[in-house]
Amino acid sequence: MSHEFEPRIVVLCCNWCTYAGADLAGTSRMKYAPNVRLVRVMCSGRVDPSFVLRAFQDGADGVLIAGCHPGDCHYINGNLKTLRRYPALETLIAQFGIEPDRMRLEWISAAEGDVFVHVVNEMTEQVRALGPLDWKRRTAMTVPAAESHTAG
Amino acid sequence: MGEELKAPKKIQLAMYWAASCGGCDMAVLDVNEKILDIAAVADIRLWPIAMDYKYKDIEKWADGEIDVCLFNGAVRNSEQLHLARLLRQKSKVMVAFGSCASFGGIPGLANLHCKKTIFEAVYGYTASTVNPEGTTPQTHTHVPEGDLHIPEFFDDVYSLAQVIPVEYYVPGCPPTPETVMTAVNAIATGNLPPVGSTIGISKAVCDECKRTKSDKPGIVEFHRPQEIFVDAEKCLLEQGLTCMGSATRGGCGSLCPGVNMPCRGCYGPMPNSLDVGADALSAMTSIVDAAEEGDARAKVGKMVDPLGTFYRFTLPVSMLRRAARPLQG
Repeated sequence: MSHEFEPRIVVLCCNWCTYAGADLAGTSRMKYAPNVRLVRVMCSGRVDPSFVLRAFQDGADGVLIAGCHPGDCHYINGNLKTLRRYPALETLIAQFGIEPDRMRLEWISAAEGDVFVHVVNEMTEQVRALGPLDWKRRTAMTVPAAESHTAG
Repeated sequence: MGEELKAPKKIQLAMYWAASCGGCDMAVLDVNEKILDIAAVADIRLWPIAMDYKYKDIEKWADGEIDVCLFNGAVRNSEQLHLARLLRQKSKVMVAFGSCASFGGIPGLANLHCKKTIFEAVYGYTASTVNPEGTTPQTHTHVPEGDLHIPEFFDDVYSLAQVIPVEYYVPGCPPTPETVMTAVNAIATGNLPPVGSTIGISKAVCDECKRTKSDKPGIVEFHRPQEIFVDAEKCLLEQGLTCMGSATRGGCGSLCPGVNMPCRGCYGPMPNSLDVGADALSAMTSIVDAAEEGDARAKVGKMVDPLGTFYRFTLPVSMLRRAARPLQG
């Protein structure tokens, strides 16, 4: 494989702060790494841990969760729930064998376009240094799966 | 004469165990005198824990000769895979019986490792291992008397539905006698739910739990059950025990919380859950009493082994399914 590895990073950002911050970066014509895919959610508290796990499962090399600064949440305390979940999620993905640097939590306000640019660029380089996560290949089943009904 | 006419109508029942502990077979006996009711409606054609049987006898059965096969245990080696496929062929209805067959169960936690690392530990460096020549099991061995074959150990542990099509799931480690009888009655009366159903209720263990829950929970610290005196009335999660009740399917009658033990999650994920670990992580840590990052880290960090807590019975069927194998080249 001769082509260079380009990390794929999913950014789960809140509607009120970080998405507006990314917008500010864009309208201010700041440049940032094109490796991020932004997914807008209403609040960082809406980021169910399964979103992060699904991103890794489906081929993301990194996941950035970003929302309003604590105390500034549009929904009063949604981001505090993220703040509480995050340490457990960090331990969990490490137990699955995913390097901690592949996931990041940042508070980025609507006025912080420059912070958004900095975080995205820095994380892109960190993940680039780690290399591809390649989850599907590294966890492939060795026995062919049955075409079956799922538990429900 | 009546006997002769009735005899062919009896349900042809097979029970088999794979990677399991035998608890599921004991659970069938736990129905006590109702075992006689089961014997009245069913011919037990295969039950290795109770009766001697040879695989060649199973091979002689006609396809579909067995009405219902209750298969317990996960699939972790080639012998179990062979039996799962063979019994699938011989059975009209295949039931994943118990948490191991349904979700991979406790043996499924081996998916945190792979064959290589497991062999390295078991035949290499555990304290009780003396193996200077580094001998590991081989599937084929030649001895003067002939060739010996043992099953191949897989890299993964599988739930039953990951290797063969399964009609129904009976969760539980082990399934409670009530769950067993619900399943048996459904089978005996032909009153079966839609294919793919789980025998259980669609509500969480919390819903069945009698403990009092406060409106403003706030976990101050996570504990293991042996570290505290458990309040017999108050919600276990609010006392800082990692109780899986909120993320786990009910139907067990909330047995463990009823005796001061936090729910372990043996009845598996709720219907339509994407990932039981994500559900549990969200529910448990969102209510930690912390509003600042350092505080949250200190309090949540006290939780021992989140993966083992959240996926104790379900790792092979979880979203990520196993820990990543090392990258090779």
